[in-house]
Amino acid sequence: MNRDTKNIKKLIVNQSLDLDCGKTIKNFPLAYETYGTLNKSKTNAVLIFHALSGDQFVTHINPITKMKGWWTIAVGPGKAIDTNKFFVICVNVLGGCMGSFGPREINPETGELFGTTFPVITIKDMVKAQNYLLEHLGINKLLAVTGGSMGGMQVLQFTSLFPDKTYSAIPIACSASHSAQNIALNELGRQAIMADPNWNKGNYFKTNLSPNKGLAIARMVAHITYLSDKGLQEKFGRKLQVKGNLKFSFDADFQIESYLRHQGSVFVDRFDANSYLYITRAMDYFDLTKQFDGNLASAFEKTKTKFCVISFSSDWLYPTRENKEIVIALNACGANVGFVEINSDKGHDSFLLDVPEFLKTLNEFLNSIYNEINNEKRI
Amino acid sequence: MKKEFKVISQIIQNDKRVLDIGCGDGTLMEYLKFNQQNDVRGLEPQKDLVQKCIAKGLSVIEGNAEKELIQFPKKSFDYVVLSQTLQAFLFPDKVLEQLLRIGKQTIVSIPNFGYWKVRLQLLFKGTMPMTKNLPNEWYNTPNLHMCTIQDFVNFCNKKNIQIDKSLCLTNEKISEITNSNMIYKNIFSQLGIFLIQ
Repeated sequence: MNRDTKNIKKLIVNQSLDLDCGKTIKNFPLAYETYGTLNKSKTNAVLIFHALSGDQFVTHINPITKMKGWWTIAVGPGKAIDTNKFFVICVNVLGGCMGSFGPREINPETGELFGTTFPVITIKDMVKAQNYLLEHLGINKLLAVTGGSMGGMQVLQFTSLFPDKTYSAIPIACSASHSAQNIALNELGRQAIMADPNWNKGNYFKTNLSPNKGLAIARMVAHITYLSDKGLQEKFGRKLQVKGNLKFSFDADFQIESYLRHQGSVFVDRFDANSYLYITRAMDYFDLTKQFDGNLASAFEKTKTKFCVISFSSDWLYPTRENKEIVIALNACGANVGFVEINSDKGHDSFLLDVPEFLKTLNEFLNSIYNEINNEKRI
Repeated sequence: MKKEFKVISQIIQNDKRVLDIGCGDGTLMEYLKFNQQNDVRGLEPQKDLVQKCIAKGLSVIEGNAEKELIQFPKKSFDYVVLSQTLQAFLFPDKVLEQLLRIGKQTIVSIPNFGYWKVRLQLLFKGTMPMTKNLPNEWYNTPNLHMCTIQDFVNFCNKKNIQIDKSLCLTNEKISEITNSNMIYKNIFSQLGIFLIQ
């Protein structure tokens, strides 16, 4: 992966941030992107948190990768999150590789890239850092925070840290504490990267070689977890690359094999292997229940935010059951919460795909919040 | 809005917290929220109806009352509303127990199986009754545990449930049920509405 992130929006945070690992960082960059226009009263801002492999380029064409933004299906003019109406903000997470402070940045103390000397980041660190951008933009209260997967975890952490900083929150396909299965799958990805000789204990930038094979395998494994058994069967079944001909070799005979290989190979062009290690670690360490001594309800005790929790029927990575635990905790502390499970065969990835019922729910919930805020203003 | 909901909304005081079990498309919730400034939540098992509610800005949770009520803390709502659903549960007594635990007061409405048209159909036609309030055939009705107004009152007495208000609906007309008119009301009312605790 090689890229120039000089020409993208960045905030250099002057304040110091105490990380969960005990280290303190300051003067660090946060790369971000915005879409739409912030209204005069600054009440139409929606903060989107991206997932593991995402970045700040939510929609339109990503200027670095030249590919479509990761949530183009949901965000844009006239879309579910309508940028004609809302001012959308997205920040590349700490530890990321799209311009924010991460292992690809230069360590001022050594003059070299951080690599694995970069401090271990948590979801809480990510969220605290993003709050600096809100302060910089002068936004006291957001209209909504939302995100799927790791983005959903940030939604939960954000609303817990800042009980009155957003009117509404939409955690999608996520969990309040990362499960053993998810930790196991992340570990598989990390081990694949670290087993690649090019990884070189994270110092691959010194050798000009990249652990592309390891990172590609990590992505292939992860990609399977984002789909569902039924979805895979319907899309690929046992279809062959070359009709009717098994090659009696280990080349990609099946379409599913070449699909996964393709997913792996395009990923290494846009993602940094060390960032992958750091971000998956942050997900594994996420346990909001433990942050509140085993009682998730206390995480939201002071919240004034209106929640809409959304899960997908075929998501086995962050199953409905785990999403419902969030709902139960919110109910237990009397918070304002709605919940719906969307029927979809597309697995965890449903939140990134064209699932009309989901996009409709997202759109209608946000519009209802928009109307509530504007009606309040009229009175 | 149907008459039953008007009666229920009149029982509920303004600015109170209300949980509507089986809230459907949120008609009652919407009325309470916008006309009586009630802080309303709903529980509804049907996805499409939950989505309708969310679109209206109502906080509704997709779920089944027989499983989900346990998550709500004791006395966390001023009123819990259960409109014409009690008879559809596997264990109506358990659900009622939960309602009384969660709500400071509970409003329950039941389609009255003692209504004269129901009685006559069974008596003379010899078939399972079908009326405006009971529109389904025996094989596709969601109703598992039908009861009469008298049954419900007997149940409350047996379980030491305090009845603060007993109302009944007959052809859209509302009236009070008393000890002296019980036999009459149990024959001529289509619906019973009770405020209990």
